Amino acid sequence: MEWQLMTDEQKDITGMIRNFLEKELAPIVPECEEKSEFPMEVFKKIGEIGLWGLDIPEEYGGPGFDLQTLSLIREEFGRVDCGFAVSFGAATVGFKQVLAGGNEQQKQAMAKRLLNGEISAMCITEPQSGSDVAGTKTKAVRSGDEYIINGTKTFITNGGLANVYIVVAVTNPDLGSRGLSCFIVERDAPGVSVGKEENKMGIRLSNTTDVVFQNVHVPVENRIGEEGDGFKIVMKALEKSRPICIAPLIGMAQRAIEIAAEYCRVRTPYGKPIGKLQGIQFKIADMEIQLQTARAIMMYAAKVADEGKPISCLGSISKTYVSEAAFTIIDEALQILGGYGYSKEYPIEKMLRDVRVYRIFEGTNEVQRQIIGKTVIGKC
Amino acid sequence: MKILVCVKQVPDTTEIRIDPETNTLIRSGVPSIVNPFDKNALEAALQLKDQYGAEVTVLSMGPAQAADALRECYAMGADHMVLVSDRAFGGADTLATSYTLAAAIRSLGEFDIIFCGKQAIDGDTAQVGPELAEHLGIAQVTYVAGIERKEDYLILKKEQEDCYEKIQVRMPVLLTAVKSLNEPRYPNVMKKMKANRMEVLTLTAKDLPELIPEKLGLKGSPTKVKKTFVPSVRKAGVMILGGDASGKVSELLDKLTEAKITL
Repeated sequence: MEWQLMTDEQKDITGMIRNFLEKELAPIVPECEEKSEFPMEVFKKIGEIGLWGLDIPEEYGGPGFDLQTLSLIREEFGRVDCGFAVSFGAATVGFKQVLAGGNEQQKQAMAKRLLNGEISAMCITEPQSGSDVAGTKTKAVRSGDEYIINGTKTFITNGGLANVYIVVAVTNPDLGSRGLSCFIVERDAPGVSVGKEENKMGIRLSNTTDVVFQNVHVPVENRIGEEGDGFKIVMKALEKSRPICIAPLIGMAQRAIEIAAEYCRVRTPYGKPIGKLQGIQFKIADMEIQLQTARAIMMYAAKVADEGKPISCLGSISKTYVSEAAFTIIDEALQILGGYGYSKEYPIEKMLRDVRVYRIFEGTNEVQRQIIGKTVIGKC
Repeated sequence: MKILVCVKQVPDTTEIRIDPETNTLIRSGVPSIVNPFDKNALEAALQLKDQYGAEVTVLSMGPAQAADALRECYAMGADHMVLVSDRAFGGADTLATSYTLAAAIRSLGEFDIIFCGKQAIDGDTAQVGPELAEHLGIAQVTYVAGIERKEDYLILKKEQEDCYEKIQVRMPVLLTAVKSLNEPRYPNVMKKMKANRMEVLTLTAKDLPELIPEKLGLKGSPTKVKKTFVPSVRKAGVMILGGDASGKVSELLDKLTEAKITL
């Protein structure tokens, strides 16, 4: 069951996007999945129908969609392929960082680039530090009116596709998390190289690579905010994107339920469809309950964020609940399809491989639980 | 160049189901779409616009909701939308439709090219385009599968059943488009949102004073659709083969008795 409170405009937009993705993306997913390749030609066509820079606000030239509408749009992407949804969604991450702490000139410039189809990537994670952002080892050393950046970033979404990176680096090693700064680094700056692409379990259409910085010279104007603002900027940007980063899962989980329900109608052991068995009805019911509650919490968090109210705790709740609910839904869908669920000939096994990462990235669910617990308990 | 494209909003006939109990078409809940051949026509206009620069107007005759079809066309790249709508036009067959559309077109000015789809997927008559050309007194080429422009001439590839014709014609001209002419582009999401907020120019009977009331709508329609029905499915027959004549006759009598067809 889809979101029952869709406005006419939301129905119009999601209908157009669904039609486009079914024709342009769905047919090539199996081949891209096999090769673990992001289909750039689809990204280009998406620009032609006006969808680059989806989450850029109106004041910076973007469509200015609210988070609820963005969620519904992202559901459509997840319905077809979560990997594509991840890379497409992350393409505008550069603007979020700049919005969180940059100056007006940086915001205007970044928005313009992303609206024109350029791709950005956020470089935080390193081989030894994912959750532990303060454990960053990449260094940015000031030299005159430049910084020189050295370090390796890993598991970077769009590492191999990006035109521009947002890099978190240590500018003052003695200050821990308050010694980090953010920099805008061009892909073609000398010393930047893209490392191996990850051979991932799932979301294989998304591009994930190492990015290596070797004596990369970056002008001072490319620093976002002041020295030491890095941690604050990253946390603020992540907090804004967290409530709906899991929206593609809702689309994918809904499709899993549709596939399982269809199977219930046609699979007829013991002379009748399995859809007539209470045990199966209860499974589907539990899946649908989880889907509706997952979407409801996500849309609630989206509305709270849109109204500018504190979103840290609710955003974490949304991310945690939806990623775990979607996993359960898809796992049960696989169980209902039985042997066919386990086969690569049917879409469910891929969905299970795709959903798994969502408990890990965008802040692991363990970190989210820390945030939620600490918020509710307060100082003690 | 000034180009006009006639479009019709039609039910998506690929989505129509047959009610197994009454053997009639289930019309409710069927989505409305822009007639697919009209999209080929519009795409051709937009390609000419991309290549040579042109103002493209889309025109539709229908109820108020036909404005949605026009908005989708705007989102594909049309510049102006015009809806011809009035209770007096309702129930029109192809003749009354083309009569009304011709008046509307005359009121909008001169056009170098008027595009239509070859036929609408609900009526399937393929008559409005050619009738329109006659009302307007301009040349027409139907079943256009290819277009080339040479100044104020067009060189057209016309699709026939077993060959193609190459036809040169001077503008103004009316063309009807077939599917193989092109692959229509997707509507742009941002333009559609803009179109949703725009007023669509609507021409009523009052705005077209030259129209003679007796020639409009149901009254002005010499043809009427009496009934739409699904043909009954013929069941396979039974073949009686082998053996001699009297054996086959016995078998036939048995089968006729079984089927309760008494002699």
